[in-house]
Amino acid sequence: MTATFFAIQALNGLQFGLILFLIAAGLTLVFGVMDFINLAHGVQYMVGAYLVAAFSAWTGSFGWGLLLALPTALAFGLLLEVLIFRHLYDRDHLDQVLATFGVILFLNQGVKFVWGAAPLSVPVPEILSGSVEIMDGLLYPVYRIAIIAAGLLVAALLYVVVSHTRVGMLVRAGATNAPMVSALGVNIRRLFMIVFGFGAMLAGFAGAMVAPILSVQPGMGDNILILAFVVIVIGGIGSIRGAFLAALLIGLVDTLGRSFAPNLLRLVLDPSAASQTGRAIAPMLIYIFMAAVLFFRPSGLFPVKR
Amino acid sequence: MTELTHMRPASMSSAAARFDLVPFAIFAAFAAAPFLASASGAEGYVLSLLTRVMIFGIAAMSLDLILGYGALVSFGHAAFFGIGAYAVGILASHGIEDALVQVPVALAASAFFAAVTGAISLRTKGVYFIMITLAFAQMLYFLASSLAAYGGDDGLTLPARSLVAGSGLLESDYALYGTTLACLLGAYILLRAVVASRFGRVLRGTKENITRMEAIGFQPFSFQLAAYVISGMIAGLAGCLLANQAEFVSPAFMTWQRSGELIFMVVLGGLGSLHGAIVGAAAFLLLEEFLPEILHAASFFLSDDLRWRLTENWQMVFGPILILIVLFARGGIMGLLRRGHHG
Repeated sequence: MTATFFAIQALNGLQFGLILFLIAAGLTLVFGVMDFINLAHGVQYMVGAYLVAAFSAWTGSFGWGLLLALPTALAFGLLLEVLIFRHLYDRDHLDQVLATFGVILFLNQGVKFVWGAAPLSVPVPEILSGSVEIMDGLLYPVYRIAIIAAGLLVAALLYVVVSHTRVGMLVRAGATNAPMVSALGVNIRRLFMIVFGFGAMLAGFAGAMVAPILSVQPGMGDNILILAFVVIVIGGIGSIRGAFLAALLIGLVDTLGRSFAPNLLRLVLDPSAASQTGRAIAPMLIYIFMAAVLFFRPSGLFPVKR
Repeated sequence: MTELTHMRPASMSSAAARFDLVPFAIFAAFAAAPFLASASGAEGYVLSLLTRVMIFGIAAMSLDLILGYGALVSFGHAAFFGIGAYAVGILASHGIEDALVQVPVALAASAFFAAVTGAISLRTKGVYFIMITLAFAQMLYFLASSLAAYGGDDGLTLPARSLVAGSGLLESDYALYGTTLACLLGAYILLRAVVASRFGRVLRGTKENITRMEAIGFQPFSFQLAAYVISGMIAGLAGCLLANQAEFVSPAFMTWQRSGELIFMVVLGGLGSLHGAIVGAAAFLLLEEFLPEILHAASFFLSDDLRWRLTENWQMVFGPILILIVLFARGGIMGLLRRGHHG
């Protein structure tokens, strides 16, 4: 029983970690390449979820909804880049934090303006509904397996693109030394725009994938944004590999911590104190973990060499 | 983080003499307000709104010390608000209701938290500093949310406002207003003195160029840490006042959005001038209070449905204002005033 419970929680942690990775990948590239701190990345996740909710209600199918939502999320990201973000690349971090905070305020209310404050729900697509038995007595929802598969697929794709294509090479070079890449004749602004647009699309994809299992509501991106920042800071800003490992680590630590901290503490404390302290400590675990990582390695686990 | 150098503190400009009038005007206005409030008839409302303005003014000013003078972008300043507020709330729920105990405990707790987290955070630079201060504030937020004995997520209602040496002085809104004004003035004078001292000059030096400060023999770390602790303690005091004003304490006092709003207030008023932070807090809170009505009046040409939705979602307007200020109005409100004087 405990083994099954542990396996389910580990799978949930893996799924959560992969969603975090989808968001963090765009964030870490945008930060690494452009030295641009984008708080509005979380609302792009929210916008992705809203778009898929709107499009799947319109077309009547989640598949078509997703297919329409992705290019729209990309276009929306590019629009924000052109309108606001490109004017901020040369500013200091404080200006970037503030202006993108403004984008959050606007969009969180903006979705309420358009879709109302009540949460939307997106039905799980027909072919991916139900559960399968992975091992003895372990039933796991198919849709969550699909999220894990999609997350791993995107991670593999990103690995190939970043490590083995010309664009990926430019992105890596840009993360190491953007002025030098520009001096070698690469249109760095266009590269920024591409990276930004695809980062926004990845966040939108993450939002779209979780829409059927979470409620789609204003402000849903706020907390996940903070977690994504924890991920990229632990992983080392600009490093996709670091983001991947840190996202899985954070996903597992958070999910397992919440389920097992009270039980573990019961070994040393009496039951009521253990469940009290456990519930207090579990949500703090990842922040304690982050502070510890930064204490020993002030620029993350896999710092990009400059 | 030497990029902040373009935002010169107002006090360093050639027009400094003219602008020494601004803080006087601010404090005179706050001192006169209760008399006008009692004449207006809606004194309870006016007093509680202005008390909130001054409380956030204290917190924003404390943030200005490290942000405007030290270029340390702390994205977790609301944590100190929470520490101050929870010190009042938790002690009150155990029957210790005297401010003479609560405030020192709040200050000590803020100082301790600032010293520990500051010592760790200041090892990092730039965006890592922003993120680690945020992480510490989030830790505290989740800790407060899980304190079931003290209300957890829902927060904690105070049985009454704090006593002062056993007397229920603060029960009167006027007395709370006066106390808050005294704290605001005290914090302003203290911070003004800190900024003008040798300590303040070294702090500004670390903002301009940390390497040079090291080269001429200063240890920036200890100066930055001391500034961080001072700033945290003053924000903790603001937290005590906020708990008394709201007669309520909740984890919502220290969400990361609240920290963002504090930065917004400082930048809106103008970085590195102290009184600019007060102006910024006032502008922010008054806008928040009156924007729904303004929007309702200004959108007369829209259909009823759209007009209602716009008024309902008035915060939508805040975002673009913030973006426009960042993009076009460097130096905030104080900067605009200064530019106005130069023609």
